[in-house]
Amino acid sequence: MTALSENSSTSTQRTTTIRRALTEALADALEEDSRVVLIGEDLTKWGTGGGIYGVTKGLVNKAGSHRVRDTPISEEAIVSMGVGSAMTGLRPVVEIMYSDFLMLAMDPLVNQAAKAHYMFGNQFAVPMVVRTNGGGASGKAAQHSQSLETLFAHIPGLEVVVPSTPTDAYALLRAAIATDNPTVFLEHKAMYNVRGPLHKSIGELGRGRIARPGTDITVVASQLGLMKALEAAQTLWETDRVDVEIIDPRTLVPLDMGIVEESVQRTGNIVIAHEAVRDFGWGGYIASEVALRCWSSLNSAPRVVASKQMPIPYSPVLEEQVLISAASIVETVRHVLRSTHD
Amino acid sequence: MTELDQGLSAYRQMALIRDFESRLPRFAEEGLIQGSTHPSVGMEASAVGVSAHLRSGDTVASNHRGHAHCLAKGADPKRVLAEILGRVDGYCQGRGGSMHIDDKQLGILGTNGVVGAGIGLATGAALRHQYLGGHEVSVTFFGDGAINQGIFSESLNLAAIWSLPAIFICENNGYAQSSRLSDMVTDTNLTNRARALGVEASRVDGMHYWSVSEAARRAVEKARKGDGPSFIQVDTYRFLGHMAGDTEIYRDRDEVEKWQERDPLRILEDDLISRLGVKEETLRSIDEEVMRQIDEAEVFARESELPDAHDLRAQVFAIGQRGGADA
Repeated sequence: MTALSENSSTSTQRTTTIRRALTEALADALEEDSRVVLIGEDLTKWGTGGGIYGVTKGLVNKAGSHRVRDTPISEEAIVSMGVGSAMTGLRPVVEIMYSDFLMLAMDPLVNQAAKAHYMFGNQFAVPMVVRTNGGGASGKAAQHSQSLETLFAHIPGLEVVVPSTPTDAYALLRAAIATDNPTVFLEHKAMYNVRGPLHKSIGELGRGRIARPGTDITVVASQLGLMKALEAAQTLWETDRVDVEIIDPRTLVPLDMGIVEESVQRTGNIVIAHEAVRDFGWGGYIASEVALRCWSSLNSAPRVVASKQMPIPYSPVLEEQVLISAASIVETVRHVLRSTHD
Repeated sequence: MTELDQGLSAYRQMALIRDFESRLPRFAEEGLIQGSTHPSVGMEASAVGVSAHLRSGDTVASNHRGHAHCLAKGADPKRVLAEILGRVDGYCQGRGGSMHIDDKQLGILGTNGVVGAGIGLATGAALRHQYLGGHEVSVTFFGDGAINQGIFSESLNLAAIWSLPAIFICENNGYAQSSRLSDMVTDTNLTNRARALGVEASRVDGMHYWSVSEAARRAVEKARKGDGPSFIQVDTYRFLGHMAGDTEIYRDRDEVEKWQERDPLRILEDDLISRLGVKEETLRSIDEEVMRQIDEAEVFARESELPDAHDLRAQVFAIGQRGGADA
């Protein structure tokens, strides 16, 4: 398999962007299920007519303003309404303009949505999706560029989705809308124009994919980290004849540890590459799980490559220094392969 | 329902809540209640006066002082008490406790441990009711402390612009835990704040059942017709402390005693006898029936098993995995 090839489905196969795949997922969900409503800021009239990055473009014309609802700037109430309407039978898809702004809605997300099913003795499911975008590489500075997925993945009861291809964007958004669990669906703001084939199907949460097969070292990466890892793998092959296998987890919760284990058992080495800062992050978590599960297969210590532990600066020359890069992945892979104990 | 029937029904519910809540401090002293439990003794007219106008499809989002809201909506005192004692027969099998009691069948979206959170959930439920096009209404009960949370302003504004069938009941008992309302806002007439957000607002004597009931009737009727949200400031008082162990150094005994002279149960009783011709022995026999009912609830809850830990982590998610790599 290559980065952008997927299990085939019956429907149309064509090339499109992640943005367009997301729009189609929302359109199809709206059409197929009358319980689906979209709630968020500037969903219908911004830019060319749909959301901060244009994902909801045209949907209000198809589904009506009672189903695609522009809200005031009230993140806590937007997510609260998502929880309350989901508990009573709707399937709301909430859009938060930037994941940074989701910090204003942590109570409904963390204390209400994530807890309700368990805390209330299985009476209430919360089939809500919170769509938002994270990540930098867009010159948007400290309050519009964070990669906060670990915060959500740390909360028992939330599912966390991090798609990197048009097909995954479509399939996983449909899956997130279909599941009865509350889901944080993190798009990457610098990847809306990434193109690839679109195979329409409803995906499965909790299944990673091999984005690039290889034999010498496993790199686990998603979104911008994945883009950089693919670039690094090319360099490592051309200059060092090192064959990197890249795993895209696609969802952090549930996490497909099986595909990671299986890969590490073959390669004996692992680097986790993510745009989020390293300290207390999901890379360290996977590294510890790999150390526990694959100890006898490991030739080297698991390592994490990440963005620098600091706020994202504005100026492009500074931002570039902070974010994860292909060069830092290349360097780390070389270091790991020099440090093997066999 | 005649006024007499409604009055007698209200008296029964208020007496039941009074008896139920009055026993909780003893359970706490016995060590049978862990954590925080917030009784609502003195505030019964609010829950009962509002719920008198609700139907089965209507929803209620409650707060930390929420047993009365559940009981008034029809929750079984046996199962409410079992939940407060952390037993397997509780509404949430002992997972929720006092601050997380719900009954989906009755439309109770939970008591809630976060001040103001129910306001947002109720706004979501109201959106659902409006969207599906029925005539259900969404009610939320919260205290005077909650009005200073951002979610209050955000939600009332949303309910107003979308004309949602939401009824916001602010039970003003004068204190946010130990903080006096007049120290935390410049204008203790909270209806002004609601009106500023575009929500029709009224203020009632929360010790007078009929006043609460009449305001709630109007608000519910309005919401059912699709004419939008209402806010009701219910001025009331809690006779007991905020929770077990409250030293109550923030208020004078005189103040408590002055409010106790306006006991909502006695005010309703006097009205039933003097105006509606109810015999006192009728009310005393209701008291006895209620006492027996709560006695039974107490036996039921005490005898209910503690939860089995073998499926401790089951149902963290509604479907699929339990979560975590060690699942």
